[in-house]
Amino acid sequence: MKSRIPVVLLACGSFNPITNMHLRLFEVARDHLHQTGMYQVTQGIISPVNDDYGKKDLVASHHRVAMAQLALQTSDWIRVDPWESEQPQWMETVTVLRHHHSQLLRSPPPMEGPDPGQAPSAPTAAPQLKLLCGADVLRTFQTPNLWKDAHIQEIVEKFGLVCVSRVGHDPKGYVLDSPILRKYQHNIHLAREPVQNEISATYVRRALSQGQSVKYLLPDPVIAYIRDHGLYTKDSSWQGTGTARGKGKAS
Amino acid sequence: MDKSEKTEVVLLACGSFNPITNMHLRLFELAKDYLNGTGKYRVIKGIISPVGDAYKKKGLIPAHHRIIMAELATKSSNWVEVDTWESLQKEWTETVKVLRHHQEKLEAGSCDHKQNSPVPERPGRKRKWVEQRQDSSQKKSLDPKAKGVPQVKLLCGADFLESFGVPNLWKSEDITRIVADYGLICVTRDGSDAQRFIYESDVLWRHQSNIHLVNEWINNDISSTKIRRALRRGQSIRYLVPDLVQEYIEKHDLYSSESEDRNVGVVLAPLQRNAAQAKS
Repeated sequence: MKSRIPVVLLACGSFNPITNMHLRLFEVARDHLHQTGMYQVTQGIISPVNDDYGKKDLVASHHRVAMAQLALQTSDWIRVDPWESEQPQWMETVTVLRHHHSQLLRSPPPMEGPDPGQAPSAPTAAPQLKLLCGADVLRTFQTPNLWKDAHIQEIVEKFGLVCVSRVGHDPKGYVLDSPILRKYQHNIHLAREPVQNEISATYVRRALSQGQSVKYLLPDPVIAYIRDHGLYTKDSSWQGTGTARGKGKAS
Repeated sequence: MDKSEKTEVVLLACGSFNPITNMHLRLFELAKDYLNGTGKYRVIKGIISPVGDAYKKKGLIPAHHRIIMAELATKSSNWVEVDTWESLQKEWTETVKVLRHHQEKLEAGSCDHKQNSPVPERPGRKRKWVEQRQDSSQKKSLDPKAKGVPQVKLLCGADFLESFGVPNLWKSEDITRIVADYGLICVTRDGSDAQRFIYESDVLWRHQSNIHLVNEWINNDISSTKIRRALRRGQSIRYLVPDLVQEYIEKHDLYSSESEDRNVGVVLAPLQRNAAQAKS
């Protein structure tokens, strides 16, 4: 049995709140990589962004982490990691990738049970950490000053990208339009979501603020959490940021 | 606004539900929010009525599975439930007859129904309040069509509306009865296509006040056909259907190339019936 390269998928983002579409990204990406015959996806990690990111309407990270945990209760391979959100300030995606990659190399290989002192047997390759994102994120690589070129290169050269298509986007075009991306296109996997499912968190927040139902767009436990904590109501765009970080927020 | 001035509505969705998906369930939520938001209606119940096996649609798996999946899907809902009447009929039953059945059931129930308004929503508990009210009392309401009797309305997507145009699929008399006597709530992503369809049909145009178009802003194209295709290809359907439904499908291995070949070459029941009646 030929050995596949183990892969861990890392998704960074606001997850404000997490939706079924975010969860789908993982499923679609995993199917796609397995389809190539080359990879075995062993883990998925959701890394909610730090509050310091300053995006409009971002509720406190402890809420966003809690909601993601609730959403992933029933998943046996995806988990939340609060590390990024717990750092003193916002950090570039490449830093988050580096952190999780070193964590992966540190932990024992999943497939075997040798003594810690024994050298791991050859066939188990070190897991590769790949950044999972939607096509809209891929497009933001083109936005001036949003990403450092060196970081983009490191992401696609050292790690790899799995990009799930979205209506209105042309991920193949984005790759070909960029010299860096074109050079490492073998490390950029474009996965197609077979079932169009455009649940944007922006829409969800708007629906919630208008008292409309979001059932079946997010897992039920997440909806209950939002209700219990009064998140995303009409005047709660500042109430959600419960932790005092000493930074006044306008919105 | 006085609660008793609002027309109470029961939303009825007919279809294959083969399988039921998050999109089907969303239709109910969107329709309810819309109708309640007009201030004129109060949606008190949602009914999913899976079509009987006699419909003979290609790829249609046995009704009992589709019923169970719909029940699993609505377990967490306190107002949407599944009704098996249509699926238990021996012959395929026209949609207008299903509407009529449910409306009559409501009217029979409301004969004994006093001014206690139907249940406010209670999370985690469904109540079939119609059955509860049915006793042997001979009290009759003043007028079955009074504001007090909930009205059944047909809930559907845009494709359903446009299927009115498919030759022999619908009897024109049935379409008239549906929009005149009951009403349609059509959830659509592209309102303009649906509006044009209504404009181009004399019957629909005449009863347009009884046809409500609800906009679905999310591009949510979770069609059962795509779900079945994904399953055949070993692709994940998680988060597109409720977890319980996904587990049930997996446990019973419901969808395959074999199941998709069911009824191949067989004429769809309504086409068969309407063509035969046209000839006679």
